[in-house]
Amino acid sequence: MSAADEKRREARSYLIGYALALALTLPIFALVAWDLLPKVAIWWATGVAAIVQIVVHFRFFLHIRLKGQKQEDLHLILFTTLILLLMGGGTLWLLWNLHARMM
Amino acid sequence: MNTWSDVWGFPFGRLTWDALPVMDIFKADGRTELLSGITGTAAAGMAVLGFVLVVILITVKGWWRPLWSEWLTSVDHKKIGIMYIVFSFVMLARALAEAFVMRSQQVVGHDGGGIVMPEHFAQLFTTHGTIMIFFMAMPFLTGMINFAMPLQIGARDVAFPVLNSVSLMLTIAGGVILMVSLVLEPFSTGGWTGYPPYTELSYNPGAGPDYWIWAVTLSSVGSTFTGLNFAVTIYKKRCPGMTLMRMPLFTWTSLCTSILMIFAMPPLTIATALLALDRYMGFHFFTNGGGGNMMNYANLFWLFGHPEVYILILPAFGIWSEVFATFSGKTLYGYTALVIATMAIAVLSFTVWVHHFFTMGQSANLNAAFGIATMLIGVPTGVKIYDWMLTMYRGRVRISVPMLYAIAFLFLFTIGGLSGILLANPTIDYQTHNTLFLVAHFHNMLIPGLLYGMIAGYTMWFPKAFGFRLDERWGYRAAWCWIIGFMGAFFPLYVLGLMGMPRRMSGYFTGEWLPWTIIALGGAAVILAGFLSLIVQLWVSVRDRKRLAVPVGDPWDGRSLEWGLPAPAPEWNFPALPRVEGRDAFATLKASGRDLGPPEDGFEDIWLPKNAAFGPVIGALGTALAFTLTWHMWWAVLPLAALVPLVIIAQGFRRNTEKRIPAEEVRKEWRAFRELAARTPRVPRSSEYTRDNRGHAIPMAQEAAR
Amino acid sequence: MNQKTRHPGLNLGPKHQSADDQAETEVFGFWVFMMSDAILFGLLMATYVVMRPNTNGGPGPQELFELKSIFIETMLLLTSSVAIGFSHLALKHEPRPVKMVLWLLVAMALALGFVGFEVHDFLKMFSEGGTPQRSGFLSAFFALVPLHGLHVTFSCLWAVAILGQMLVYGLDDRVKLSMVRLAVLWHFLDIVWIGIFSIVYIGGLA
Repeated sequence: MSAADEKRREARSYLIGYALALALTLPIFALVAWDLLPKVAIWWATGVAAIVQIVVHFRFFLHIRLKGQKQEDLHLILFTTLILLLMGGGTLWLLWNLHARMM
Repeated sequence: MNTWSDVWGFPFGRLTWDALPVMDIFKADGRTELLSGITGTAAAGMAVLGFVLVVILITVKGWWRPLWSEWLTSVDHKKIGIMYIVFSFVMLARALAEAFVMRSQQVVGHDGGGIVMPEHFAQLFTTHGTIMIFFMAMPFLTGMINFAMPLQIGARDVAFPVLNSVSLMLTIAGGVILMVSLVLEPFSTGGWTGYPPYTELSYNPGAGPDYWIWAVTLSSVGSTFTGLNFAVTIYKKRCPGMTLMRMPLFTWTSLCTSILMIFAMPPLTIATALLALDRYMGFHFFTNGGGGNMMNYANLFWLFGHPEVYILILPAFGIWSEVFATFSGKTLYGYTALVIATMAIAVLSFTVWVHHFFTMGQSANLNAAFGIATMLIGVPTGVKIYDWMLTMYRGRVRISVPMLYAIAFLFLFTIGGLSGILLANPTIDYQTHNTLFLVAHFHNMLIPGLLYGMIAGYTMWFPKAFGFRLDERWGYRAAWCWIIGFMGAFFPLYVLGLMGMPRRMSGYFTGEWLPWTIIALGGAAVILAGFLSLIVQLWVSVRDRKRLAVPVGDPWDGRSLEWGLPAPAPEWNFPALPRVEGRDAFATLKASGRDLGPPEDGFEDIWLPKNAAFGPVIGALGTALAFTLTWHMWWAVLPLAALVPLVIIAQGFRRNTEKRIPAEEVRKEWRAFRELAARTPRVPRSSEYTRDNRGHAIPMAQEAAR
Repeated sequence: MNQKTRHPGLNLGPKHQSADDQAETEVFGFWVFMMSDAILFGLLMATYVVMRPNTNGGPGPQELFELKSIFIETMLLLTSSVAIGFSHLALKHEPRPVKMVLWLLVAMALALGFVGFEVHDFLKMFSEGGTPQRSGFLSAFFALVPLHGLHVTFSCLWAVAILGQMLVYGLDDRVKLSMVRLAVLWHFLDIVWIGIFSIVYIGGLA
């Protein structure tokens, strides 16, 4: 692949990422701005959109792929995700549990 | 003028003469208060005296320039490792003395009174814990990894040498703050965990908790960088052929510890930072009112605190693995199982933090989940114990000094582990929570586990660092003192805990406890003798360094790469990056009669990082910021805080950060080393502890064949 | 060298061989640092979620947050992330650094606009009694969101320092490496912002 091709391909990657990020952000803001859904439904939609958007950023802006390159950064990110889930999830479980028992 | 002083804290903030411990003597009312003042003043006096003596010594000997240009600004991983260990020995001396005072107080404080007041006692257990964890254990193991790990993987230095120096200096900055708190009182009374409300503004508005916050913050930032540095070094700087599954086990445990540091230090940083926001700016994170939630502090602190105990123990497990293999003259049994067990412990350590506060009030189901996770950790740890025992099985075991510690470790650590499994059961924990049973348990893990491991590693690698062995006779004396002293000091605490004695008590009125506290005091005295033996050992060894010299660098018939280098190793470590063909890389080379050097035409120029003043400057800024923040000297805080980014930006403008070592010099040194090795007779293991041992070992395979 | 053996993500490619070799270690180290930072943000978010109901009788999210402002901030930061991406592409492929610097200035301007709007938000909250001393909820908010803002501000300061190095030394290996790390940081901060606007703002206003 020539350098010019690669450049074009990489530039396209950013633009695809930009478009996807917008597609995932704008509807969420619209939902809130015009109160289109009940509260809990908006929360779910936001959560899903946020996770997908984070993946989009990793894929199209930071160029982390599942295959075809060294795996170290991917492992690092996945391990961090695991630790974040353990710590964040544990914190919520514990403190909500305590909160409920003090009611 | 008055407002200038009030608002900006000019010149001394809230620091007054009352901060001097000697004022406690003047204001004393009653015998215990007087004794408490005298104890505090004596401690402060010793700190000042020690400092002055060191300054005089350095000045008289004219060591200031070499101290600066060869040590403080050095970015050589070996020197940084040595500085870490020197620092941790100094801190160990202080924290041991404090432990001894506390043991004494629990004897003489029976029926009230004693030699220290409750406030003073609270400062003692706070500084003892804070120092032992953050400023003794952490620097000790960091120093060990710094010294040995790059040598074991065939690297010239760590991945980020200047950052390494920054980490060291931040850790020392925290230690300096603790030392200053001895002279300008008070320190925190909230324990090493710094729980609110004890450390909140409304309960303790003084300088104590602020000292604690900044000292711990400095050290935790330093440790985060250390973890990052080591992990990247192990990932990216291994020599050709050194695949992950060929790394010595000490390197493996270093990797796991580094990963734990990277991910477990941030919760501590968060906990101390939020506590600081509460104290300095009136936030409501852990306050009683205003919508605060102090239970979140326990949560955040132990999110760090539990992985922390594995940060502490894993490097020691690595050292044990090296000790058992080397002094049994065998390859390590169950290498793969040990690697997997290490990784399992590292990951599981993030799933058990709630067991530190089973009694906080969460539901039984939640406690059960964390109790089960805790017991699970016993499984990989058990695997390790068996692997070590099987390494000894049918080996040619030499009861050397490190091996003596190792065997004591096997017995004592297993006892401590069993008491841990008991505590992992929430229902039992409810009975023993906050008693001396717990204190006995974690000392039982950390002294035979971590500290014995560190001393064993220190004994094993000392010749590699300085070119001579440590005197063995004093080594055995120290080891026996540590072993017997530990049992004397801490086994009674199990009994006391089961009798219901709470931890952190400065006085009590229960007569049945007294005999056990007396035994514990006796044990503490033996431990103190063990520490003094280590100091004497160092003194004797330096004095007799000719007799103990091992210039060829392989005094123990070692198995990993570092033993193939001269002792002390040159600044560039390896004359050429080695090529590794399997596990026990150096043992393999030795067996086939080769050394680590390249063929005659294989020498190349070596590039090494130049010295940098960046680390010491950041350390000095950190110390000054912590001190001025603690005493509310705002006029100094602001310019100092502004200097930090400026210094970092200035560092970014540095170029030409490397120096060249010409190939000719490397060749000459290595040739001299080869000649030295050729004319030094090889010794069998039976002469290990004689003056014949010049560091040129007969490989075990050949010795066994004879 | 084969692409597969190269470190992934943002790299400099074969045109910048010596810098790219160093990036193997340096950028991986920076990634590790970012991930450690991610734990900081993650825990602050968890703390925020836990303390969200503790308004202590003070103003809550509905009274204090303003959707329009958040929307503008989100767009500014997202676009700035794309701009830093183009700056990186220019560094990798262009012979001269003109385009790289221009895109970097665009990214900085957008990021500073983001910070400006954020400061405006905070001032407005203060004027409505939403100070961090008011309640546990506001304490948690002001520990999390301004920390992200500070990160963005310091990234801009770093960018200025890199431009300064370029003036002195030209586009040498150190500058290239710093640019790669800066781009990683920039994208990372945008990812953190996704978490913040979803959890704090959308979660609070829905």
